[in-house]
Amino acid sequence: MSDTGHQTAFVRAEILPEAPPPIQEQGIFKWLRENLFSSPANTVLTLAAAWALYQLVTAVAPWLLNGVWTTSSLSACREVLDGSVGACFSVLTERWNQLLFGFKYPPELYWRPLLALALLFVALAPLLFAKVFPRKLLAMTAVYPFLAFYLIWGGTILVPAFAMLGFVVGYLVYIRLVYQSAAMGLIGGVAAALVLWYFGGYVTEPLANVLALEPVKSRDMGGFMLNLMLGVICVSLSLPFGILLALGRQSHMPIIKWISVVFIEFIRGVPLITLLFVANVVLAYFLPPESNLDLILRVIIMITMFASAYIAEVIRGGLAALPKGQYEAADSLGLDYAQSMQLIILPQALKISIPGIVNVSVGLFKDTTLVSVISMFDLVGMIRGPILSAAEWNGVYWELFGFAALLFFVTCYGISQYSQWLERQLTRENQ
Amino acid sequence: MKKSVFFAAMTAAGFAAGAAAAGTLDDVKARGTLNCGVTTGLVGFAAPDANGEWQGFDVAVCRAVAAAVLSDPTAVEFVPTTGKTRFTALASGEIDMLARNTTWTFTRDVDLKFEFTGINYYDGQGFMIPKALGVSSAKELDGATVCIQTGTTTELNLADFFRKNNMDYDPVPIETNAEAQQQYLAGACDVYTTDRSGLAATRASFETPSDHAILPETISKEPLGPLVRHGDNEWGDVVRWTLNALVAAEELGITSANIEELAKGTNRPEVNRMLGTEGTLGEMLGLDADWAKRAIMAGGNYGEIFAKNIGESTPIGLDRGLNAQWTDGGLLYAPPFR
Repeated sequence: MSDTGHQTAFVRAEILPEAPPPIQEQGIFKWLRENLFSSPANTVLTLAAAWALYQLVTAVAPWLLNGVWTTSSLSACREVLDGSVGACFSVLTERWNQLLFGFKYPPELYWRPLLALALLFVALAPLLFAKVFPRKLLAMTAVYPFLAFYLIWGGTILVPAFAMLGFVVGYLVYIRLVYQSAAMGLIGGVAAALVLWYFGGYVTEPLANVLALEPVKSRDMGGFMLNLMLGVICVSLSLPFGILLALGRQSHMPIIKWISVVFIEFIRGVPLITLLFVANVVLAYFLPPESNLDLILRVIIMITMFASAYIAEVIRGGLAALPKGQYEAADSLGLDYAQSMQLIILPQALKISIPGIVNVSVGLFKDTTLVSVISMFDLVGMIRGPILSAAEWNGVYWELFGFAALLFFVTCYGISQYSQWLERQLTRENQ
Repeated sequence: MKKSVFFAAMTAAGFAAGAAAAGTLDDVKARGTLNCGVTTGLVGFAAPDANGEWQGFDVAVCRAVAAAVLSDPTAVEFVPTTGKTRFTALASGEIDMLARNTTWTFTRDVDLKFEFTGINYYDGQGFMIPKALGVSSAKELDGATVCIQTGTTTELNLADFFRKNNMDYDPVPIETNAEAQQQYLAGACDVYTTDRSGLAATRASFETPSDHAILPETISKEPLGPLVRHGDNEWGDVVRWTLNALVAAEELGITSANIEELAKGTNRPEVNRMLGTEGTLGEMLGLDADWAKRAIMAGGNYGEIFAKNIGESTPIGLDRGLNAQWTDGGLLYAPPFR
């Protein structure tokens, strides 16, 4: 061992500056490597997807960007394009009003359904965003159905006014009698409303011009407006019926229970299209030829029955998910059936059922296009019937059905986003 | 048991509806509008235009009847019907007449209890081919792939035609005309077969119609005409003779241009009887003397209606063919007005 080789290890006095991470470990490269090229299989898939995307964009982009918006027929459109690829959006600019309102709704009255649609959002706001809007706005929600009827169908204001008055009177009678017995309150309320409507009929007949808007026949309604009308009306009507059916199915009274079970199982066992044919074709045999029960009303009844059965099953799921203790707790507090349902069971069961209800509503809204099969001119019916059989537009498919798909996507995506937001709200509440 | 009760009730209701509508002519007059069943849309035959007004060859029949009965060609409530709903709509009394390119067949006339009141278009099944195929007759189609709508009489006619001529074919089943258009243009089939009027309309919508030809053979008879309910002969007569008046007007040279002048009286007795300056034909129908004049003025005579909606100057471009007057070698032959 020699002394000479005293080696002093190198000692760094200061800390090295931090080196940047290797290029493949940062920024876009890291993201690419981890997400797109993490394994040979993933690399292949990524490249394949990129190729497919490229093909799609190069195929669709010229078609979209080169679109013609101002011609008056398909042949004129083709002349403008002169062999190059391009969409013929002129059909939308020429027939947009027919696609949205149907071909017979008077154009000078378009403001009425539009106003009704705007008011729909006002009416829904306090229901959908209960914490943001004051509860006083609920009054608007209560008035809305009658107001919308007045706006869309027109006629004297007395008809919807009396209809609303009937509900108010019925409710007041119900409140008075319900303390004696729930059944008596219900029967009394319904009877009072019926009496009022009956005599209201005599009053509105001679006063048909009081504050009358120009009446529009329901046969004249069509386009996306008809889809929205059917969707909104049927979903909102089917909720109360669905709740009643779900409670009826759980009832201990055999007659009510069996009526509910048979109704639900029958309706769920039959395709909607069959029910629509019944509404259109079979009912026509039973009703006198001049009866004024018009097609829209028949269709609304059928779709509402259909939706009620499905919503009843969704809500029954919610009821079944509640622990038995909740029912027993309600009983032990001495609440009667109506009170325990109203105060304890339903608020919880409905909260659980919200995703299911939204699911049924979105499905139902899209199913409203089925009415095109029974010769009603909803959005799809307008496209398949009048527009594609006009000599000018025969042969335009992608543009029209793309537009229809866009309208439905916007609406359904909106509903779905709302329901997700609502679920987040409610889970926070449960914590 | 329950089922038979249900059907009995349904039949009874059907009869009740039929009985209630026994006097269709009076019903229409009292109502002030004619409820006329049309298609939900067929190029050239019935479709609403950009202003929402119904236009077309079948629509013109409705307007003529409305003009004859109600003096107003616009007093028509058009009830769109599909192939599935058209007969129930008529049987239940929802519509007064059906003018919806419906083929006159034995079962529809006899078994379904309807009354065809004439033929306004003689159609027949034909073939369309790309000209590049170099075929000039349907007899040369041995081994061809054929686009055919399933579940229609065209399917059966096609099988019969090929069997009769000892030829083979390869069917490509399709559901709708729209689908057929796409398949045919994409080359999925050599031949597309359906009614000739439908072929013409389909061809008109192609980018280069001149590249496609409709073969001369017609392999089936499809007489299309308006129909009414069985058992109301007065109303049936009104519709039948309104259609006859349109056809006869063309034969007699009465057009919407010269009708005002002819209605003042001519030295041709049949024209005078038709236009009401002689005789009481209108009264016999339960209408007034000017009924036929109004019907013709609504959209012109048969030839004018044809030319305006589906004729050679329109994009559909159908020739008169079988639908020419008998004097021109066609089948149109209105019984005499006397």
